[in-house]
Amino acid sequence: MFNHLLSLLIWLPIAGAVPVLLAGSGRPNLARWLSLLMAILTFAVSLFLIPQYNADVGGMQLAESHVWISALNVHYSLAVDGISVALILLTTFVGILVIIGAWDVIQDNPHQYMAAMLVLEGLMIGVFCATDALLFYVFFEAMLIPMFILIGIWGGPRRVYATLKFFIYTFLGSIFMLIGLIYLYLKAGTFDLHTLATLPLTLTEQSWLFFAFLIAFAVKVPMVPVHTWLPDAHVEAPTGGSVVLAAVMLKIGGYGFLRFSLPIVPDASAQFAWLVILLSLIAVVYIGYVALVQEDMKKLVAYSSVAHMGFVTLGIFIGFMLVRQFGNTDAARLGMQGAMVQMISHGFISGAMFSCIGVLYDRMHTRMIKDYGGVINVMPWFGFFYVLFAMANCGLPGTSGFVGEFMVILASFSANPWIAFFAAFTLIIGAAYTLWLVKRVLWGDVTNSHVAEMKDINGRETLVLGAFAALVLIVGIWPEPLTHLMNSSVTQLVQLLAVHKV
Amino acid sequence: MELSSSILLTIALAPLVGCLLAGFLGKQIGRAGAHSVTILGLLISCGLSFYVLYQITAGGAPVYNHNVYTWFEIGKYTASVGFLIDRLTAMMMVVVTFVSLLVHVYTIGYMADDDGYQRFFSYISLFTFSMLMLVMSNNFLQLFFGWEAVGLVSYLLIGFWYKRPTAIFANLKAFLVNRVGDFGFLLGIAAILYFLGTLDYATAFASAPTLVGKTLAITQHVQWDAATVICILLFIGAMGKSAQVPLHVWLPDSMEGPTPISALIHAATMVTAGIFMVARMSPLYELSDTALSFVLVIGATGALFTGLIGIVQNDIKRVVAYSTLSQLGYMTVALGVSAYAGAVFHLMTHAFFKALLFLGAGSVIIAMHHEQDMRYMGGLRKYMPITWITMWVGSLALVAVPFTSGFYSKDAIIEAVGESHRWGSGYAYFCVMAGAFVTALYTFRQMYLTFHGKERFTVVEHHGHGHHDDHDDHGHHKPGELAHAPHESPWVVTLPLVLLAIPSLLVGFFTVGPMLFGGWFGGAVHVNEVNNVLGEMGAHFEGAAGMALHGFSLFGPFGLVLLAFAIQTYIYLFNPSVADKIKSALKPIWVLLDRKYFVDDIYFAIFARGGVALGRMFWKGGDAAVIDGVLIDGSASMIQRIASGVRRLQSGYLYHYAFAMILGLILLLGGYWLIGQ
Repeated sequence: MFNHLLSLLIWLPIAGAVPVLLAGSGRPNLARWLSLLMAILTFAVSLFLIPQYNADVGGMQLAESHVWISALNVHYSLAVDGISVALILLTTFVGILVIIGAWDVIQDNPHQYMAAMLVLEGLMIGVFCATDALLFYVFFEAMLIPMFILIGIWGGPRRVYATLKFFIYTFLGSIFMLIGLIYLYLKAGTFDLHTLATLPLTLTEQSWLFFAFLIAFAVKVPMVPVHTWLPDAHVEAPTGGSVVLAAVMLKIGGYGFLRFSLPIVPDASAQFAWLVILLSLIAVVYIGYVALVQEDMKKLVAYSSVAHMGFVTLGIFIGFMLVRQFGNTDAARLGMQGAMVQMISHGFISGAMFSCIGVLYDRMHTRMIKDYGGVINVMPWFGFFYVLFAMANCGLPGTSGFVGEFMVILASFSANPWIAFFAAFTLIIGAAYTLWLVKRVLWGDVTNSHVAEMKDINGRETLVLGAFAALVLIVGIWPEPLTHLMNSSVTQLVQLLAVHKV
Repeated sequence: MELSSSILLTIALAPLVGCLLAGFLGKQIGRAGAHSVTILGLLISCGLSFYVLYQITAGGAPVYNHNVYTWFEIGKYTASVGFLIDRLTAMMMVVVTFVSLLVHVYTIGYMADDDGYQRFFSYISLFTFSMLMLVMSNNFLQLFFGWEAVGLVSYLLIGFWYKRPTAIFANLKAFLVNRVGDFGFLLGIAAILYFLGTLDYATAFASAPTLVGKTLAITQHVQWDAATVICILLFIGAMGKSAQVPLHVWLPDSMEGPTPISALIHAATMVTAGIFMVARMSPLYELSDTALSFVLVIGATGALFTGLIGIVQNDIKRVVAYSTLSQLGYMTVALGVSAYAGAVFHLMTHAFFKALLFLGAGSVIIAMHHEQDMRYMGGLRKYMPITWITMWVGSLALVAVPFTSGFYSKDAIIEAVGESHRWGSGYAYFCVMAGAFVTALYTFRQMYLTFHGKERFTVVEHHGHGHHDDHDDHGHHKPGELAHAPHESPWVVTLPLVLLAIPSLLVGFFTVGPMLFGGWFGGAVHVNEVNNVLGEMGAHFEGAAGMALHGFSLFGPFGLVLLAFAIQTYIYLFNPSVADKIKSALKPIWVLLDRKYFVDDIYFAIFARGGVALGRMFWKGGDAAVIDGVLIDGSASMIQRIASGVRRLQSGYLYHYAFAMILGLILLLGGYWLIGQ
């Protein structure tokens, strides 16, 4: 089993979707239980990664490779490093929670919904395992299909606009990546990422490729100014779709930078690091202000995601300045670790925030902030979780939201105090939009009779929110195990930053 | 005997356990269970803190500095959770746990009728845990954790009565203003990591001298001194937490929280965290005269100008709140003249007498059925003698009457400022002297309005429906109408008052010698010899009694206190109409003070409204109009336009196509012919 652990992780949920589909619309409970079983099974299998992956050694491990398309020298090759392991664990964990979260919320064809979720989970794990660029691309694109279906079928009233926008945006982005990959294939004769990393490229070639990758991954992250699909997609997506989108799919953008931009085009990445850093800071400040004035809770949290993902791109690209200008590899590692922790942590917090909004939406069928007020009076336990996640979203120490931002801000200061200055602005603006939301939704007297009738969270919802809360606190109080898991991989990535191809 | 880490962990975690039990099992264990379990936690914590203080001062225990666990370890950077216990920490632990314990007991009486009883106990225990983590930390990471955690609890407690619009406005405001401070604080920590490569106090202080001569490039041509940048950034954090001008605006509004909180968090402990922090960082601050002058001027401004606002307040709690702002200014001034021991000494005495004044005010508020307006009080001394006497004790300490604790700490600060030659010390000396007069003005006014003079309330007995002690029942009455005559509060309320009155009166007398002039703090506080104003003063120190007798001099601050006493006694006991005459004669000044120099209004207009306007502009202008409107939907509609244009070419008529073919053929052949030529 351990020889094919990664394949098992990818295909188990995808294969598991078949019996769930077969359960049909007539037996919704069977479909629910089957999909829950599959999700738990996948999570259980993913737990084997922890003992199987040797974090002290680092590097790519648990490799599998088979010829896939021999004419093009494409391989079905998989392997993971510490960062992938962390992201896979995040995926399988969130996979369970979205199924529980959707339990009796999804009433139309739950078997199809659950099956789409399982397929999506498998494909996302595939993205994190693929070490062949074309295989990565296939998973990367295939992921869009179940998400397209999830939003398009179970979404809100403007779901058609949102799905089209989502699809065209991301598809357009990845087309550029495909062109870049074809160019690399023609030069190297392979899609193997490890070989491509050692392929000599001139600065001009690197620059073209850098922008091809940048567009693809910037859309996914999303970075300003290609972020506008995200609020629309979130608003229209069902709760589970939003949770997966925010918790896992956005991370694929950040992950792509690590696997493509850094190793394959290091010089161009270094040359244009300022651009990515600038866009990241714009994400923190500009998007922070945009989030402040949102009237729709989901949009607010979606914009907040964009701002928080700014720390991921900032943490990755600040490393180039630190290593190449100052020779400070330790600070570069700190920033990179911060970016990685931020990816995982944002998975928990955004997943939790969207789950909270789902809880409210299921009771009131509105996402407008003005329709709420004084919810704490009728839902005290919900209020506890909501405040906890809001504080995590503000980056309060002791929650996971603090760890990554803290590391990235510390590292940025070593590169340039002004970068740290603008990044640290999140302390103020992040607290402003999050706590103003809390004030309007949670605090105050009960504003209307609909709020008065709301019931506190049930056992199923408590389970989902409690699981998120536990992780937010564990990572916040003791991040060392997580950073240790990724430490060797981060160190190797930082070494790549110094590599000159020209 | 060496301190054991299990004792220290118990001190920190006992309140946390109490918090979790009272918070999560509040329904199961009930009200009595909630207060028992949290008070037990505090008793353990407080008892062990006294033990630690004893071991550190008399038991010969060496300074404890060990990590508990590693938070992260990345390359050469490590962050840990750990404890540093020296005399400064041990003193803070005692102050925090002692005041917190008394506040816990007091709460039993004050919150007796509140629905959120268990929640309240859970919060104040959580606060104690956070504050202990802050003061016991041996590194900047944990300091920041404690720093923000106390901010969180403050947020929760200011908004404790979450149905009140004013409370939930105040808690948001408090959190955000504090975040502005934390923004600077975090950058300061980042600067320390950049220059000194560590987050650990001991290592950072040991290598602090290497900062001399280092600079930080602000622009290509502007270089700032490293130590100055670090110290000012850290102090911005202190300005938020310790409510220094111009980040002071949150503290008066924080009075929306229940009174025990005002005593514990917004007077005795949390707001002094900034003072503690600067004292702790004294090895860094001593490297920058510029930063210390900055600290000095900020503190002096607050000491005088926030005190002035206190004179025009009518809410009994707000008077004490502005008094706190002013006293925090005094502590900051002491820091600014390198009299760190003086600042911490005033922090300690202030913790006792200010907690006493707040709890006393709370006792009055209970008696008045949650009426806080002093215009409807008066003559309360005969109804509540214990509260009356203990509040006088606190007031005398606050105005620094010789022999009280407040005298020793405040007089030392004023004298230290007089001795100092640091830039800004002249201005500061004026502010603290004038501040002493102002303090006496608002304090005596408050005491007279509350306890003396004519009763300005009436007892209306006929409302007999039984729940007048509810917090929101004052809506049923006209102001100044009470359902029952005021009466002295129960023992759980008065006992803490008495227990706080004792140190307010005596602790200064017994500790001034060692703490200020005896080098009691040892290595915990570092002062360069040239800056050592306390050392100079110590040369003339002839014991606590001598200092107090000397303090009766009419040409010093005591003369100003007497003058204020005479003025207020005349106005409020003999001729109350004078107050209104002064008010109308000095109308513009009164308005300026009543509106708090318009600072709140300006902030609200610029930052709150301005921020929302900017956000709306970015959203509607940037995201919606430019990106979505022009780029996304614009390109979509452009494609549509092109497509619908191009579609006309495909008319489906054969002769159109035939015509196009012929045209193409002609162009093609013509082209060849042209090239051939």
